[in-house]
Amino acid sequence: MNVVSNNTDFLLSVENLTVSFDGFKAVNDLNLYVDENEIHVIIGPNGAGKTTVLDLICGRTKATDGSIKFRNKELTELREHEIVREGVGRKFQNPTIYEDLTVFENLEISFPRGRSVFGALTFKRDAEVVTRVREIAEMVFLDTLLGMQAALLSHGQKQWLEIGMLLIQDPELLMLDEPVAGMSVSERKQTAKLLNEITKGRSVMVVEHDMKFVEDIAHRVTVMHQGKILAEGSMAKVQADPKVVEVYLGH
Amino acid sequence: MTNVKSFLSRQDLLGLAIIAAVIFVLMPLAMDIFRLNLFGKYLTYAFVAIGLVLCWGRGGILSLGQGVFFGLGGYCMAMYLKLEASTPEATAIQSTPGIPDFMDWNQITALPWFWEPFNSLTFTLIAIFVVPAAFAFIIGAAMFKRRVGGVYFAIITQAIAAILTILIIGQQGYTGGVNGITDLRTLKGWDIRTDEAKYILYYVNGALLIGALVLCQFVLKSKLGRLLVALRDKEDRVRFSGYDVANFKIFVFCLAAVLSAVGGAMFTLQVGFMSPSFVGIVPSIEMVIFCAVGGRLSIFGAVYGTLLVNWAKTTFSETFPELWLFGLGALFIAVVLVFPNGLAGLYRTYLGPYVDRWISKKPPSGGTPAPAATPADYDADPAAKPAE
Amino acid sequence: MFADYTWTELGSIFAMQGFAGLILFSVFVLMALGLAIIFGQMGVINMAHGEFMILGAYVTYLCSNFVQAYIPSLFGIYFFFAMALAFVAAGALGALVEWALIRHLYKRPLDTLLATWGLSLILQQAYRSIFGAREVGVSLPNWLLGSVPLTDIIEIPINGIFVMVLTLVIAIGVYFLLFRSRMGMQTRAVVQNRVMAGAVGINTEKVDRNTFALGCGIAGIAGSAFTMIGSTGPTAGQLYIVDTFLIVVFGGAASLLGTIASSFAISQAQSTMEFFLSGSMAKVLTLLTVVGILMLRPEGLFSLKMRR
Repeated sequence: MNVVSNNTDFLLSVENLTVSFDGFKAVNDLNLYVDENEIHVIIGPNGAGKTTVLDLICGRTKATDGSIKFRNKELTELREHEIVREGVGRKFQNPTIYEDLTVFENLEISFPRGRSVFGALTFKRDAEVVTRVREIAEMVFLDTLLGMQAALLSHGQKQWLEIGMLLIQDPELLMLDEPVAGMSVSERKQTAKLLNEITKGRSVMVVEHDMKFVEDIAHRVTVMHQGKILAEGSMAKVQADPKVVEVYLGH
Repeated sequence: MTNVKSFLSRQDLLGLAIIAAVIFVLMPLAMDIFRLNLFGKYLTYAFVAIGLVLCWGRGGILSLGQGVFFGLGGYCMAMYLKLEASTPEATAIQSTPGIPDFMDWNQITALPWFWEPFNSLTFTLIAIFVVPAAFAFIIGAAMFKRRVGGVYFAIITQAIAAILTILIIGQQGYTGGVNGITDLRTLKGWDIRTDEAKYILYYVNGALLIGALVLCQFVLKSKLGRLLVALRDKEDRVRFSGYDVANFKIFVFCLAAVLSAVGGAMFTLQVGFMSPSFVGIVPSIEMVIFCAVGGRLSIFGAVYGTLLVNWAKTTFSETFPELWLFGLGALFIAVVLVFPNGLAGLYRTYLGPYVDRWISKKPPSGGTPAPAATPADYDADPAAKPAE
Repeated sequence: MFADYTWTELGSIFAMQGFAGLILFSVFVLMALGLAIIFGQMGVINMAHGEFMILGAYVTYLCSNFVQAYIPSLFGIYFFFAMALAFVAAGALGALVEWALIRHLYKRPLDTLLATWGLSLILQQAYRSIFGAREVGVSLPNWLLGSVPLTDIIEIPINGIFVMVLTLVIAIGVYFLLFRSRMGMQTRAVVQNRVMAGAVGINTEKVDRNTFALGCGIAGIAGSAFTMIGSTGPTAGQLYIVDTFLIVVFGGAASLLGTIASSFAISQAQSTMEFFLSGSMAKVLTLLTVVGILMLRPEGLFSLKMRR
């Protein structure tokens, strides 16, 4: 389907990626490319391997075979925090925030400074940090709740907070796993707006089930099925693909 | 250096002042030297307990082997003191004069190589910090880099405590065996058994404890302190925010180890001996209960918890030895089921609000009042929420 | 250290130590089986496991005294009643503890550890108050005494053989219960997905309680078997608890086969080394090796690769 390439035009090139768990190939010989400033959505039925692809890119799962190049740098040999420092941010399926800390502290911890032990000990909450935290908080609709303990936020607000925690790292590639799951209709609209805003200057990979939402945001869609790519292209093209229709509607 | 006010709030200063007043004024006035020495012994356990607050309460890393580090510090000190007490003149009746008495009893005829450096006080003082830190680093690096945590870490540290105890008891020619290293007399010629020496050591111990509290408060109020809470809660999120999580765990485990070792060394100096009964599984897990009773999240609470449990232990085991174990057992259960935030939690619920109000009524000591929303107001109080 | 012995002597030493190791192995397996159920299947740290074992031992001791005093005609087979009673007593106490303590703490494994440690202190003191601090032993019926000569040097005690057979039977029983019975299936279902298991109509609270009680009951049987080869004191349980946890972790927490394999490896290593080194050094070396291996391979010997 894809021609194996070595060019540097893509921000992220995943090639021949395979991972097997006790012989079960969750991702099988996958090729995937993400452009600069692109919103790339991965869809597919449950168990298609979507989340596993994100796990592989961010280093949470180790690949059995294949390569993942980010700005031409091989990610499969790096550890998670090194991948983050290269500029890849990852949001998890369930909102993963620090419930015992305040919204401010959640964002502050994600601020990319003082990441070593010594750095964390001597980290100062200076004007730059405070300004940046306030800026991001406003972006994710939480500017009035900075002092609140994160556990008290609503589900949707927690999702936004986690997105905010990624934004403050200013990643070049942002990976979101079902960002609108469990959100109300109005929250979804706000999130779609947010995503369109934050793609300025970065690429976003999204795994999502909500087709309406995908239509709203996607520049390009990849359909996965049983660890492989079934179809790729614009939303309209993918929706018209008979293979996709068969997988989704089934027999 | 960071301004002290940036990490010690007025509440913290008050807490420190009360502890200092209790240690330096109240207790020396209220007690004779025998009781004060006992009180000083309890305070050496408080070093372990505040280390556990950092490690377990904040960071979620439960070590059941803190006795190992307490013992390492204590043994380092004891080895130095024992060598000083074992001059050829003092041990002339032995078949090999000049070596510690228990070695002679075990037919050892020369000082083992690893005892040699403990002739030097400088080396000993360095070793009290470096040996436990290095040991904790090895354990921590091996475990945390491989992401072993939680229950497994607890079991492994417990096994290490068991191993070290068996080793000390089994190798009695080198370690003094089950009796430990006893009959310690002088430090650089200064007799540590006199009442005057006991007073001085008590005050040194108290000052060190205050220093340790300030150090821990600095760590907890830094971003590292918040990171500990964060990684207790969502380790993966911390990792995917670009932190090498293992390094932070290793750091806090080593810090707790060093604090325990300082406590152990002060124990040896004040009590005059060190034995494996402070190293093994049982004392190690009891040290956890000191911390839990005080409220596992609060370093001040840990000090009071240590004092309370030990006071109860002494009182009950003197009068009703049978009841004490029932009481201690019930304490373990109650502190988990009924009041997981310990003394600090009780204080926060019933007394804290009044104290806060009282403090805020007082005019600030110099300088202008703080503006309404300083960034510091965004700080969560990790000690305020029940641990789940 | 081998040079002082001839080959036949060495062979006999290994055989005898190997046999002593097999008895240790049996005790380890019996204790670890209960723990493998409670820790491996439920994820609960029960530091009082040794005290449940000792309860079984004391029940057997009481049975032995009672039968000797009142119905001596049944003395030859009292052991079987005693074992059943030990199982019931330890299991009942287990169910009670689960109800009063453990069920509140399923989400807080480290707190379970502390609470059950407290329980173990209380039980130890209770045993001391009731039975005294001295160790007690049971009298064995005649048919369990004596030994079978294998060669001129090697003799095998009958009670040792009996304990091993017992271990084998119980291990097989536990295997069937966990992997071939409905109860076992439900247990594993609850462990893997509590919410889903509840949704398909499994009474998860009941399963938790039964599983915990079963694990404790097996510890009771272990204690019963323990009386045949050693005497029992209030703190005897604590001597084994760390070893047993290491065994379960070393074997790979969720694997029964792993538990048995690691019991075997640890008991044989310890008992063989004991002959050449002092007992304490043998234990230090064994435990150090286990801890060392666990640091290199934290998931234990036998474990499944899981898709996270």
